[in-house]
Amino acid sequence: MFEALKKKETYSKYFKSLKFSLYVLSHPLDGFWDLTHEKRGSYAAANTILFLTVLARLLKLRYTSFVIQEPVYWEDINIFVYIASIVFPLALWVVGNWGLTTLFDGKGRLGQVYIATCYGLTPYPLFQIPLMIASNFVTIEEGQLFATLSVISLVYAGILIVLAMGQIHEFSLGKNILFTIATLFAMLVMIFILMVFFSMISQGVAYFISIGKELMFRM
Amino acid sequence: MKNKIIKIGAMAASAVMLATSIPAVATAAESNYSYIYDYWGDVQEMPDAYNVCDVFTSSDLGLDTMLKNPDGMYVRDNMIYICDTGNNRIVILERTGKDSIELVKTVDKIKGSSINTLSGPTDIAVSEEGNIFIADKGNSRILKLDSEFNYILEFGKPDDQALTADQAFLPNKIVIDTAERVYCIATGINRGLIKYEADATFSGFIGATKVVYNFGEYLKKKFASQEQLARMESFVPTEYDNIYMDNEGFIYTVTDATTEEDLKAEKGDAVRKLNLLGNDILVRNGEWPIYGDLYMGAGGGYSGPSQFADITVLDNDIFICLDKNRGRLFGYDDQGNMVYIFGGNGNMDGYFRMPSAIDHMGNDLIVLDSLDNSLTLFIPTEFGQLVYTAMEQFDIGEYEASGQAWEEVMKLDGNYTLAYIGIGRSLLRQKQYGEAMDYFDLKYDADNYSKAFQQYRKKWVEKNIAIIVIVILAVFLIPLGIGKINQIKREIDKEEFFNK
Repeated sequence: MFEALKKKETYSKYFKSLKFSLYVLSHPLDGFWDLTHEKRGSYAAANTILFLTVLARLLKLRYTSFVIQEPVYWEDINIFVYIASIVFPLALWVVGNWGLTTLFDGKGRLGQVYIATCYGLTPYPLFQIPLMIASNFVTIEEGQLFATLSVISLVYAGILIVLAMGQIHEFSLGKNILFTIATLFAMLVMIFILMVFFSMISQGVAYFISIGKELMFRM
Repeated sequence: MKNKIIKIGAMAASAVMLATSIPAVATAAESNYSYIYDYWGDVQEMPDAYNVCDVFTSSDLGLDTMLKNPDGMYVRDNMIYICDTGNNRIVILERTGKDSIELVKTVDKIKGSSINTLSGPTDIAVSEEGNIFIADKGNSRILKLDSEFNYILEFGKPDDQALTADQAFLPNKIVIDTAERVYCIATGINRGLIKYEADATFSGFIGATKVVYNFGEYLKKKFASQEQLARMESFVPTEYDNIYMDNEGFIYTVTDATTEEDLKAEKGDAVRKLNLLGNDILVRNGEWPIYGDLYMGAGGGYSGPSQFADITVLDNDIFICLDKNRGRLFGYDDQGNMVYIFGGNGNMDGYFRMPSAIDHMGNDLIVLDSLDNSLTLFIPTEFGQLVYTAMEQFDIGEYEASGQAWEEVMKLDGNYTLAYIGIGRSLLRQKQYGEAMDYFDLKYDADNYSKAFQQYRKKWVEKNIAIIVIVILAVFLIPLGIGKINQIKREIDKEEFFNK
């Protein structure tokens, strides 16, 4: 594994696949087709984009000017919640989408769904980090533009992800939209099951703990 | 012998315990006396803005009959007029020194009227000419008397279709303007303030609060039966509880009838400032809405929002609301920023049992307690006086002096938000934008920060315009130049002449 890190082409391949995310921005249909079918994307690049997305989300808290964004009350901030706010829905989306499309002739594999979704996140760090820096050089009136651009980056990412799913599963537009909605439902179902699971586990654990306590009292 | 030693030991131990516990309690009470809410809504202790100068009980004032549920108070110059509601009389006091208030006289008879006694007077006001106005609630009239309590005229029930014939007219609180027009709050009349001309003619209602209801409630009303309707609350404007007219002629009103939900949703106002048309012009630029305590949960036996019983406005436009729920005084400046909060319920000096009225004499505050039957006189501390000086200096345009006063305030309380913003605003006026930005940044004042930053940026651009132009030109011209050079190179390469 470390042998690969010493080779030069490993890096050139990594940067090429990372650079491809920019091509995907302007040519989503073509780009996402090539991403899996021509193997232009890579796990390393997808992980990098995800990392940058999470990083942008965290940096924004500290480095966006208080003129644009409500100041953060650091005592109440749990950084893991912020990381999870991106990673957890992403995981649900990937698993849910793969689980559903696999049953209905989806051509994409789990890994491909992951790579494509991460590539779809590109607009977020690409917009948010420059916005964050620029926010320190504007007044409150000029700040109106920021909310708009911020929303555009989210909508852009959303559209990219939906288009990506259509391309890697080789779905028509109608089927793609149908499965996007179905995936959202699948995410809700998974959240529900997870919650039921957690509450049952915690009750089960609490039961044995109380038995243990009872025994300790008696002895 | 052994028993004795144990006894002495126990006594010593309890003495030590007492000695340590008493100061601890005392400091705890003191430190919570004044506080303020910071940017985050956290309670921050602050130095006292006011000290109790003295508390005057009925016997201190030399009254033969104790005050009984006094409800209204008015201050003009050095004179304090108190409506001794329970005893149907007016008590006139004079402040003779910094910490002395003396009885001038008590009045329970008026001359020249068919009904020559008062019945539960609830408020009093005195005009510049010395005419005395009394809300004689039990007799359904507002009296206008001269300074010797001779009857001049009376203001009766307004002649308006909105009031049914059998509805009692109960004038509760009054203010008068410089032309001796009377504005009155009457119990049970929720159409705003009743306005009378100086000749006692009724001239209309002003300043009724907006009726707020949502669509869901409206639908519910549409489909409810008669019995259900009777049980439901009706959509009526809230009644005001007290009024005060400031020296510019604006009327401040307070009400305690708004619910916690309405206040938090900004549907109801605890405090309003009415102009002559009855529109609310209170400036609410502060970090927190003007309804007293932010936390309304139960604690110490009290719950719900602050219930303002009275309000007074200092000459520097700071208004102070009196909360009868938790016995606190809330000071706000003319922008709606919180300035100080102090007081509480209790029996010690500076605490109240049922405060009913507040007024000011200069910057000194006088609070009337209707259950304790006492007057509490507050005088500003060094800290309070510095805050006032800083604000007043800023208002008259002495920005540098204002900034210096705020620096002094900051020495006494390094946590005081207004001091930072005050210094910042003073620096902003002195065109020291960079320094001003630092102060606004510390207290998250985005509006002022933006103002300072805009100027700072402008100055920076003006100073560095040459560099900016060079950089921009460089960004455009260098690629252009490189392209040009390459082109020439290519042409040279193509040229037969050089390739021979």
